[in-house]
Amino acid sequence: MTRSLVEKEAVQTGVEKVAEQLLSTVSDPSRLALIGIHTHGVPLAKRLKGLIDSKVGQDLPLGTLDITLYRDDYDLRGLKPRIQSSDIRFSIDGLELILVDDVLYTGRTIRAAIEALGDYGRPSAIRLAVLADRGHRELPIQPDAVGFTFETKKDDVIKLRMSELDKEDAIILHEGGL
Amino acid sequence: MERKDLLDIESLAVEEIHEILNTAAPFKEIFTRSVKRVPSLRGKTVVNVFFEPSTRTRTSFELAAKRLSADVVNISTDRSSLVKGESLVDTFDTLLAMKADLFVMRHSSAGAPHFIAERIPVPVLNAGDGAHSHPTQALLDAFTIREHHGRLEGLEVAIIGDITFSRVARSNIWALTKLGAKVRVSGPATLLPKGLERMGVTICRTVEEAIEGADVVYMLRIQKERQGSHLFPTIREYYQLFGLNAERLKLAKPDAIVMHPGPINRGVEISDDIADGPQSRIHDQVTNGVAVRMAVLFLLATQQKKPSLDEALAATE
Repeated sequence: MTRSLVEKEAVQTGVEKVAEQLLSTVSDPSRLALIGIHTHGVPLAKRLKGLIDSKVGQDLPLGTLDITLYRDDYDLRGLKPRIQSSDIRFSIDGLELILVDDVLYTGRTIRAAIEALGDYGRPSAIRLAVLADRGHRELPIQPDAVGFTFETKKDDVIKLRMSELDKEDAIILHEGGL
Repeated sequence: MERKDLLDIESLAVEEIHEILNTAAPFKEIFTRSVKRVPSLRGKTVVNVFFEPSTRTRTSFELAAKRLSADVVNISTDRSSLVKGESLVDTFDTLLAMKADLFVMRHSSAGAPHFIAERIPVPVLNAGDGAHSHPTQALLDAFTIREHHGRLEGLEVAIIGDITFSRVARSNIWALTKLGAKVRVSGPATLLPKGLERMGVTICRTVEEAIEGADVVYMLRIQKERQGSHLFPTIREYYQLFGLNAERLKLAKPDAIVMHPGPINRGVEISDDIADGPQSRIHDQVTNGVAVRMAVLFLLATQQKKPSLDEALAATE
């Protein structure tokens, strides 16, 4: 069964909550940068940047990251999602990076993203911002800022829809998988 | 892409070629990072088996595999046990017993990689077989053209030189025509094979005719060892008749690019100023070669689905 967990304006309210939490945790906004994980982490990072930029009066650097090449489950999944280009046009050395993803689940995507960022340089810190945390972690990874928390079953699928990529803003639950 | 091997261009579907080219673009981005390496093929062993001398192609494949974090072993003919009389299949069976995950193979006999691919269960990647095929060269060339012109469809590509003995020409003709480009060729009549028209190629009588209005001018390497055979004029005569110089390049479109598979013979098929000039994409071809080979290695190595424990047990019963 498929149903919406969050709809329309409520999604943006969650994004604003994430931005507020981030601002209260970071020490020096002038050394911040955002990294959106493909696919839905990218528009989410752009929205967060808009909110944070206006609060701190800066134009924070924004990069995108595709973690396909850092996955450890090609053999299990048989692949293959299309690989997209990562695009980080600034040195991340010494920056406080905010890694942005849509839904936090096992934590394996985030592990891969942290590993990938290590290949670009040495940030002073990496924070994690997600719009939704659905539990079932397989690695010791926790978000620093989170918009929504959901109780889910392991075989459920949670999808974020964002107007930039999809028709609307929504968080959709597919019970028992797609 | 669902195939075990990459042996030639003719057996590739157009969608597969696009998938390879699209996959190569994100790999090229990796070269701009401080760590030019991703962990995708960690723990996999790639064996380069070269039965024909090669520095460029072997190095390109070796770097491609290393940038994917694979372990790489290079075997070249002068040091191999072939000298000791081992058969081709036995050589591969031995390497397979050492748990190689993927073979990159070059051989002077056309069809040798196909022969091996039929007999072993792991992917075989053809790095050049005789005058037959050099698929990754054609793919990196298509990638380079697309990078400059943004497309391949409808482009006019002039390929000039020794077509008969060139696996680069053959593979490029297959790839370019499949992707919708129009290919014209020119070269010494003795080095243009019969039946080229059937591959959808236009044969031009003069090099000027081939270059005129072209979007891409692709110069082939002249094998100097063919000099003195009845097939080939002198080097001096070749340069005068077919060599690419500034005057001839002016006949091409203003935004045309010059390509060459390397290594170049300066003053034989191409003049210095053109090889080093602003329209030359020869160095881009080399860079793109590593990215395209990474894409092919990645696509071939990661689609081999590992059997589950149950499947593995069932297979041993």
